[in-house]
Amino acid sequence: MGAARLNLGRIAYLGFCTIVFVFLVAPIIVIVPLSFNAEPYFTFTEGMLRLDPDAWSLRWYREIIQSEAWVRSLVNSMFIGTSATVLATVLGTVAALGLAGSAIPARRVIMGVIISPMVTPVIIAAAGMFFFYSGLGLGQTYVSIILAHAALGVPFVVVTVTATLAGYDPNLNNAAASLGAGPWTIFRRVQFPLISPGVISGALFAFAVSFDEVVVVLFMAGVEQRTIPRQMWSGIREQISPAILAVATFLVVFAVLLLLTVNWLRRRGEGGA
Amino acid sequence: MNYCTKSFAFLFVVLLFVAGCGTDESRSVTAVSWGGSYGRAINEGVNIPFAEESGIGVVVEDYNGGLAQIRAQVEIGEIHWDLVDLEIAHAVRGCDEGLLERLDINQLPPSPDGIPAAEDFLAGTFTDCGMGTFFWSMVYAYNEENILSETKPSTMADFFDLNTFPGRRGMRRVPQMNIEFALIADGVPLDQVYATMGTPDGLDRAFAKLDMIKEDVIWWEAGAQPPQMLADGEVIMSTAYNGRIFNAQVLEDQPFVIVWHGQLLSIGQMVIVAGTPRLDEALEYLKFASTPEAMSRVSNRISYSPARRSGASLVATHVTTGIEMEPHMPASPANAAHAVHYDWSWWADHQDELNERFSAWLAQ
Amino acid sequence: MAGPIKLSGGPGYRAKLRALGLVAPLLIFIVVTFVAPLGTMLVRSVYDPVVADAFPETLELLDDWDGSELPQEAVYAMAAREIKRAGTERTLGQVASRVNRVQGGLRSAITRTERELRDIEQGPWRESMTAIDSVWADPGIWYAIKTTGERFTARHYWNALDLQSLPDGSVVRQPEDRRIYLRLLWRTLMISGLITLLSLILGYPIAHLIACSSPSRANLLLILVLVPFWTSLLVRTTAWIVLLQTQGVLNEFLVTIGLISDGGRLAMIYNMTGTIVAMTHVLLPFMVLPLYSVMSSIPSTQMDAAASLGATPLQAFLRVYWPQSLPGVGAGGLLVFILAIGYYITPALVGGSDGQLISNMIAYHMQTSLNWGLAAALGGVLLLIVLVLYAVYERLLGVEKIGLGG
Repeated sequence: MGAARLNLGRIAYLGFCTIVFVFLVAPIIVIVPLSFNAEPYFTFTEGMLRLDPDAWSLRWYREIIQSEAWVRSLVNSMFIGTSATVLATVLGTVAALGLAGSAIPARRVIMGVIISPMVTPVIIAAAGMFFFYSGLGLGQTYVSIILAHAALGVPFVVVTVTATLAGYDPNLNNAAASLGAGPWTIFRRVQFPLISPGVISGALFAFAVSFDEVVVVLFMAGVEQRTIPRQMWSGIREQISPAILAVATFLVVFAVLLLLTVNWLRRRGEGGA
Repeated sequence: MNYCTKSFAFLFVVLLFVAGCGTDESRSVTAVSWGGSYGRAINEGVNIPFAEESGIGVVVEDYNGGLAQIRAQVEIGEIHWDLVDLEIAHAVRGCDEGLLERLDINQLPPSPDGIPAAEDFLAGTFTDCGMGTFFWSMVYAYNEENILSETKPSTMADFFDLNTFPGRRGMRRVPQMNIEFALIADGVPLDQVYATMGTPDGLDRAFAKLDMIKEDVIWWEAGAQPPQMLADGEVIMSTAYNGRIFNAQVLEDQPFVIVWHGQLLSIGQMVIVAGTPRLDEALEYLKFASTPEAMSRVSNRISYSPARRSGASLVATHVTTGIEMEPHMPASPANAAHAVHYDWSWWADHQDELNERFSAWLAQ
Repeated sequence: MAGPIKLSGGPGYRAKLRALGLVAPLLIFIVVTFVAPLGTMLVRSVYDPVVADAFPETLELLDDWDGSELPQEAVYAMAAREIKRAGTERTLGQVASRVNRVQGGLRSAITRTERELRDIEQGPWRESMTAIDSVWADPGIWYAIKTTGERFTARHYWNALDLQSLPDGSVVRQPEDRRIYLRLLWRTLMISGLITLLSLILGYPIAHLIACSSPSRANLLLILVLVPFWTSLLVRTTAWIVLLQTQGVLNEFLVTIGLISDGGRLAMIYNMTGTIVAMTHVLLPFMVLPLYSVMSSIPSTQMDAAASLGATPLQAFLRVYWPQSLPGVGAGGLLVFILAIGYYITPALVGGSDGQLISNMIAYHMQTSLNWGLAAALGGVLLLIVLVLYAVYERLLGVEKIGLGG
C-alpha cells in the first residue's frame, strides 16, 4: 500500500515535472515548423500535418532576406551588440579583477552601483537615458545606444568573471611574481588563461543582453538605428506575419548556439579547476 | 592599469569614429507617415519619385498619429522628423502651439492647366501649417467568414450590439472618433453628434455606451492591425481606415465588408516640424507631394482621394489590379451618404481633456 | 613612487589602491552612462522650470495674490505681454500643456488667447482677454499658472499617489474617477506576486528533479531551462501569441478535439491571462536557477536518514528538505518579483487593456501624454520599491548569488 502510494506520488511528480518542461520549451519549438508555413497563417494547416511538401515553404525566409529593413536591423544589432560587448567585457573584467580578494573597500556600495543596471526596471533607465543623451545632443545616435547597452550588459560580465575568479588561487600570482613576472605578464600569462572561460561567458551574456534589448532602443533609436528586437516589436504590434516567425526561428537557433557555447565553457572551466 | 585606461580611451575613440561615419552628410529629409499599406503607397507615389527627381534622400519613418513625438523633439530641442503626415485636428493644434512651420499655399505649384494652388485645393483642406493630402474615413468593417448569422451588420448601432453580434471588437486606442461612434450608435442623429458632444451629458452618454462593449474591445494603435485582426479572427469587427480594408480586399482577397454608415470623413495633412535644420529640403518635398501627379499616384494605390481637384481628376484605376477606384473612395457620394464630417476644430480644442478622461477610463 | 605609498599605508593600502584603480573605470562608466541618466529623470519629477522661465514677471506679481478673487489689471497686462513673447519664442505650447494638467481645457484657451492677442496692442487687457476666452474671468487659470510656475514641486508625486493639492495648500485625494495610479500599482504588485507564486509552484519540483539527477541528465534538463532563458524575449512573446490567440494553435487544437466549439474559442491573450502566462514563462528560469543552486548543495542522504528514522516522505520533506531549500525560494522569489514589477514589453504586447502594469503607464506618460514629470514621479515610486526589495535581497543573500546558470 505504502509502496503503491509512493509510486503514484512519484509518477505524479514526474508527470508534473514533464508538464513544466513542456511549458518551458514547447512554445519555443512550436514556432519553428510554423515559420515554414506556405500560407500566411499561424496554425498548422492540414497540408502541413499531412506533410504535403506544397504546404511547406521558405517564402517567409525569402521575404526576410529581401527586406531592406530586416537586413539593416540585423547589421545594426550586430554592430551595436559587438561594440557594447567589447566595452562591457573590458570594463567588467578589469573591475572584476579589482573586486576579487578582500582588498576592496566599500564593497557593498560598489557592488550595488555595478549591479544597478541589472535590477533597475529598464523602462526607468530608458526614460532617463532619453533625456540625458538628448540633452547631450546624442539622441538617435549609435553612440548613445552602445553606451546604454554596455551599461546594461556589464553587471553580467562582472558577476560571471567574479564567480570564475573565486576559484582562482592567488598564490599563483605570488609564484609568478617570485619568478620575476610583472603584473601585466602575470595577468596575460597566468590569470587570463585561467579565467578566460568566465570572461567569454560574460561577454556572451553581455551580447545576449544587447541583442535582445528593445526598451532602450524604443526610446532612443531613430529609424536608422533599429535593431532586430525593435523591428520585431513593430512587427508584433502592427502586422504579425509568419515572417516574424522566420526571424524568431533564426533567433532561437542563435540562442541555442550561445547557450551551448556558454555551457561548454562552464564545464571546461569546472574541469580546469 | 595605464594600459587599460589607454585601451578604453582608444575603444571610445573608435566608437565615436564609427558612429560619426554613420551620419550622412548628403541632403536628406525624414518623412513620417502611417506605415503599412498606406505607407507603401506614399513610398511608391511620393518618396521614391521625389528622391529620384531631386537627389534628396528620404528617410521613411512610421508612427501611429498624435503630436507627442513632435512635441518631445521640439521641447528637447533635437528635431529628427522633418515632415509629418498628421490628422487635421493635430495639425491645427500643433500650429497653435508653435510646433509646426507656417505654410504659404501660394508657394505650391499650380495645377497642370494653370489654376493656382489656392483655388485648386478643396475648401477647408489647407490650414495655417498643414497642407491637405487625402480624404479618408474611419469606418468599421467585418470579415464575412466570421459573421455566421443571416443578418449582417449594417449600421453603427450594430457595432455596439453584443446580443446580435457577439464577439470581440477592434477600436483605435484614442478617444477621437470612438466618442462619435458611441453617440451615433446610441441614436444621436448624424448632424447632432458634435452638438451633443459639446455638453457634459453628451460625453457621459458616449462613455456609458462605450462601457457596454469595453470588456470585448481589443484596442489597436497601428492602422495595419485591424485587417490583421479581422483576418486572424481575433475580432469579428473592427473600426479601421477605409484604405487598409480596401487593400486587404483587393490585394489579399480578404472577404472583408466595409459598413458605410456612421463613419467619419476626414482629411490628412502634411506639416513641417518647426525649427528643422532641413527646412529647404522639407519645402521641396512638400511642393513635390502637393503635385496632382504625386497625389494621384498614391490614390491609385489606396482608396484615399486627393485634396486637390486636379489630383482627383487623375485618379482612375488601381495600379496593379485595375479596379475602378471611385466606388471605394470615402468621399464618393454613395459612400459618404451616411458619413459624419469630422469636426477637427472641436477636437483641436478638446483633445487633451478627452485623452485624459479616456486613458483614465481605460485604466479603470 | 612606491616609497611614499609604503610609508603612508603599507602593503594593505597599496592593494586597496590597486583594487580601486581597477574598479574605477567601470564605476565611472556606470555613473556616467547609467546613474546620471536616472538622476536627470528623478530631477524632472520635482523640478520643472518651463512656466517659471516663460512667465517670470507675471509670477512675481502673482506672488502676493491670495487666490480668492481675480488679480489686478497689471497682472493681466503682464500676462498678455509674456504670453505674446512665449508665442514668438515658441515655448507657449509647453507652458500651455503644463497649465492644462492642473485644469483641463486651459491649453486650448491659452493658445487661442495668444493667437487673438497678436492683433491687440492696447489694454484694457482683462477685458480683452476675458472676451477671447471666459476662463480668464475665473481664478482657476491663475491658480494653475501659479502652481505650475513653481520650479520645485511635489505635485507630480501627489499625482502619482492619486492626491492633489488645493489652492488653500491642503492635500486631498483625487476624485474617484481620477484615481488610477495606486490601483495600477496595486494591480502590478498583485500580478507580480501571482507570477512569483506560479513560478515557485512550477519551478520548485523541476529544480528538485534536476538537483537529484545524475550529472549528465541534470545538464540536459538544465539546458531545457536555459533555452528559454537565452531565447529573445520578443521571440517568446511571439510564441505565446501564436499559441494563445483566437485562431492560434491551442484554440485550434481544442476545437479539433471537440473540447470547445468553434464559436466558443477562449480569449487567452490580449488580456490579463495573456500577461500572466507569458510573464510566468519568461521569468520561470529566474526561479529555477537559484533554487537549483541551493538544492544541489543539500545532501540526498539526509532524506534517506529521515526515512530510516520513520518519517513519512511528506514529513521528511517538510522537516528536513524544505527548510534547507528556503534560501533558494527567497532568492528566486525576490528575483522574479523584482523583475516582474518593472516589466514592460510583455504586458505591452499581450496584455490588452487589463493586463497593463505600472511600467506601461510610465511609457504612456513618456511617449503619449508627454507628462514627463508624472512619468518621472511614477518611475521614482517604482524605483523606490525595487530598491527596498533589492536591499532585502542583498541583506539576505548577497548580490553574488544572483544565479545566471553560467
